[in-house]
Amino acid sequence: MISRQEVEHVARLARLHFDEEELAQLQPELDQIIDYVHQLAELDLSGLEATSHAVALKNVLRPDEPVAGLTQAEATGNGPDVERGQFVVPRIG
Amino acid sequence: MTADTGSAGYALDVRCLTAHQCRELLTSGDVSASELTRAYLDRIAAVDGSVQSYLLVDEAGAMAAAEAVDAKPRSERLPWEGVPIGLKDIFCVKGMETTCASRILKGYVPPYDATIIAKLRAAGLVFLGKLNMDEFAMGSSTENSAFKITRNPWDLERVPGGSSGGSAACVAAGEAPWALGTDTGGSIRQPASLCGVVGLKPTYGVVSRYGLVAFASSLDQIGPVTRNVGDAAALLDIIAGRDPRDSTSIGLPEPVGQPDRGDLEGLRFGVIKEFVGDACEPGVRDVFDSSVDAIGALGGVCEEVSLPSVERGIAAYYLIAPSEASSNLARFDGVRYGHRTSHSEDLYEMYTRTRSEGFGPEVKRRIMIGTYALSAGYYDAYYAQAQRTRTLIIQDFERAFGRFDFLISPTSPTVAFKIGERTADPLAMYLSDLCTIPVNLAALPGISIPAGFSAGLPVGLQIIGPHFSERGLLGAAHAVERKLEVDLVPPLAEAAR
Amino acid sequence: MSAGRVATDAAPVWEAVIGLEIHVQLNTRTKMFCGCEVTFGEPPNTHVCPVCLGHPGVLPVTNEKAIEYATRIGLALGCRIAERTIFHRKNYFYPDLPKAYQISQYDLPLGIGGHLDVELDDGSDLRVGITRVHLEEDAGKLVHAGGASGRIDGADYSLVDFNRGGTPLVEIVSEPDIATPDQARAFLTQLRSLVQQLGVSDVNMEEGSMRCDANVSVRRPGEPLGTKTELKNMNSFRFLHRALEVEIERQIDALESGERIIQETVHFDPATGLVSSLRSKEEAHDYRYFPEPDLTPVELDEAYVERVRAGLPELPAGRRERLIGQYGLPSKDAALLAANKPLGDYFEAVAAATGDARLSANWVMGDVSAHLNAAGLEVTQCAVSAGSLAELLGLVRDGTLSGKMAKEVFETMIATGKNARGIVADKGLGQMSDAGELDAIVARIVEANPGPAEEFRQGRDRVLGFFVGQVMKETRGQANPQMVNDLLRRHLAAHGN
Repeated sequence: MISRQEVEHVARLARLHFDEEELAQLQPELDQIIDYVHQLAELDLSGLEATSHAVALKNVLRPDEPVAGLTQAEATGNGPDVERGQFVVPRIG
Repeated sequence: MTADTGSAGYALDVRCLTAHQCRELLTSGDVSASELTRAYLDRIAAVDGSVQSYLLVDEAGAMAAAEAVDAKPRSERLPWEGVPIGLKDIFCVKGMETTCASRILKGYVPPYDATIIAKLRAAGLVFLGKLNMDEFAMGSSTENSAFKITRNPWDLERVPGGSSGGSAACVAAGEAPWALGTDTGGSIRQPASLCGVVGLKPTYGVVSRYGLVAFASSLDQIGPVTRNVGDAAALLDIIAGRDPRDSTSIGLPEPVGQPDRGDLEGLRFGVIKEFVGDACEPGVRDVFDSSVDAIGALGGVCEEVSLPSVERGIAAYYLIAPSEASSNLARFDGVRYGHRTSHSEDLYEMYTRTRSEGFGPEVKRRIMIGTYALSAGYYDAYYAQAQRTRTLIIQDFERAFGRFDFLISPTSPTVAFKIGERTADPLAMYLSDLCTIPVNLAALPGISIPAGFSAGLPVGLQIIGPHFSERGLLGAAHAVERKLEVDLVPPLAEAAR
Repeated sequence: MSAGRVATDAAPVWEAVIGLEIHVQLNTRTKMFCGCEVTFGEPPNTHVCPVCLGHPGVLPVTNEKAIEYATRIGLALGCRIAERTIFHRKNYFYPDLPKAYQISQYDLPLGIGGHLDVELDDGSDLRVGITRVHLEEDAGKLVHAGGASGRIDGADYSLVDFNRGGTPLVEIVSEPDIATPDQARAFLTQLRSLVQQLGVSDVNMEEGSMRCDANVSVRRPGEPLGTKTELKNMNSFRFLHRALEVEIERQIDALESGERIIQETVHFDPATGLVSSLRSKEEAHDYRYFPEPDLTPVELDEAYVERVRAGLPELPAGRRERLIGQYGLPSKDAALLAANKPLGDYFEAVAAATGDARLSANWVMGDVSAHLNAAGLEVTQCAVSAGSLAELLGLVRDGTLSGKMAKEVFETMIATGKNARGIVADKGLGQMSDAGELDAIVARIVEANPGPAEEFRQGRDRVLGFFVGQVMKETRGQANPQMVNDLLRRHLAAHGN
């Protein structure tokens, strides 16, 4: 049900890479799972609202008051590659 | 209780100490905090080679914390000060490596404490270390950890359950008096059941999620893994509470306090028909039936109830949870923390290699499912439809709670399975959570207590209550626990010292 | 703009269809979902916290002030404010987006269905619909390093600073009701002015607190809408105008050559004046929107909306009407003064102090504005305060100064900072209005010029100018012209038979 092309497209969206061997195993696994969850499509739930939160809250807000944050050292401390207080990432283009 | 009085030269046997017993030892002065922590560290050293429940043991930090407690006069200490605890490696602890059992977070040291961690610190608990889990809480056996497989203390060839398998095994093996786990689809209750300990998933919103590395935001909850219901109640009162940093947190209407219920007179228990059907192993069914008898003997009335929609629970869950997870795990991109691939020509390659190297196969599978379910053209048929199914399940539970005070079932349809038995078939693994998943979807509180054994392996009884009924739920659970009197100490050999 | 290419009354060939998307950075103290301060120009990553850095385990909490400010904008644009508004996650990977999703709004935005009435250069009005107004969080700042131009192309690597990340943004989307670059500029100018008057943003395009994207397509009149392209991040009014001109021209050229327009993002390079495609090897974004599970819906009742509405300052449309009604100003003047709040305030202060709206308006729109434009100043920086100007105009009204003299005094006031009375006294500039003194001078001059006097009496009215000139020369330009006129006519008429 899920085509090889779709698997590759979804992998790109998720920034994941699978080699041939992995794809050969993954595609049938995904197929099986999607097939299983697809059972929900046979339910007629047109009269129901979708639930995002089972315990309904609303208007949880905070005042516009500053709260102490991190120092530059703390903020960049876990960074794999940091230069002049900024996070380095490879060429985007 | 088999604790010796504490003085140098006598080893303290912690194998079956509850947290309350630890507290008594400390407040009476029989044992110092350092001696108590030392005893647990020794226990870990003796058995964790076999059990493998810890990813990180913070010996120096724990002893320092214990010594600091000892430096305070007993009269000035807080009630739980000095009692050790184990922490699932999914909570951000400032200054302590937090990996979620994933390579992608190896080496990550959080610059902040989770709210519950701050509460535990404020209460003076001693952190023994971080406990193994399925990677990013995705799994039912703890086999998905990137680092090690935890073993069931009752049979080292079998899984402890998951994803909080490290927490459950640790408490069962006496490697901590209590621990914290998380539950998204059963990840506290199912391992508790498989390891013969108590596991509580509170109502969604009772405990703050700030600092809990998110798996499925609308389902995750933090809860206690303990040796008895009384300990679970006490730990719940420490960690519960509305948190301004978590918009979805509500807290408890009042502290649950210590349960003291002796009988179950006047209470009605609904046996969820869909959870005691064919999927349930006969041995598990037998233990469950004995629990039903015990409830009856205590004056409770049990009757079967059908919640037809719960059979759709797994399907709904395996759409909602991976969808939310695919989004929650997108932040692991190698830019600001965690693993980054050592070689990449450009950003796209960096992202893709980093994530492919860092995530295990189950995590990748779920990210793929979730991304697919949310993608253009599929959202309504999958994600939205699953959220509508959720509404149906909530309604079924509401209807049931109109007739019953609590609902019961086996926690897991099977006892602990062998390591490797289900890893080849992801869907088979998902079906382990049949009895627990709907409880998360409906945001209800649920507890698993040891109910007995089948072929020498623990079987858990699950009790489910309406929203915010923790007080009554724990009261009922306590009464059943007292009646069942289940042996909690696994025959675990200590390694030669 | 190419004559004859875009619709003119004479020969419509092509028409352009433009919709604008404006992002306004709110000047709240703290960020949209965390308590970090909103700052500008600070050292990198010094105003961040685990939340806006997207660390594992963090959760957003909505800033109540941002809700209020967005409601102000929605009301000022005549939108209907949603009773229930929710946040959605917009998922995509980019280094300046720490969670790999932006918390934004999707199908339940805060405001919908408004409009802005734009006064065009030719004095006509254009009503531009506002599709929606919604809230979202800003991304961090990316700097591209290693390349020549500082742009993405050719850069070896990039650096990310998250200080800006999480700043509240309000996105304003217009209907495609705009037809020319001039109209676009007028719309943006007046929208900017409106938002500025609400006090919710600095709306400074150079600093980035207001950003503008445009969707552009062309079509022959009467045909369906053409394929649109997107112009992103135009950071000045001039840039916007030029980019639109060039892109419209490019599309027309392409279509006239038989090519198709591809729906894509295009970039305008002011250095070359060319538009180029921004398509990278990535595919079109699939944002996989779903409701943000970590935030609650926001429900704004009527009482709240009315409270915000009551707190709004007078808006340009209302002020324009009032200026026309209260001061009898012509529509164009009223519109200009209404659009520039500080200038309007200045005018009203002067008008109140002098009691002469006409005179005040002439001066404010004339000499004062000319001076401000030449000096590149805002009226709030003007050396001459409203009170000082009012004093000067008072001297004109009481006849002490002629209009011409007053202009010179005004220049001196700017140059020296002295007030009008002081300058008049210093220079002895008081307009001669002493009737007796003037009468004597006029009489003398009429006497001395019998020839022209006779010509005047014969009906050559223009000769009066000669006499006026003579009197002015005699009085060094300080005679009150009206008085001179009256006296001359009297003496000229009297002289003779």
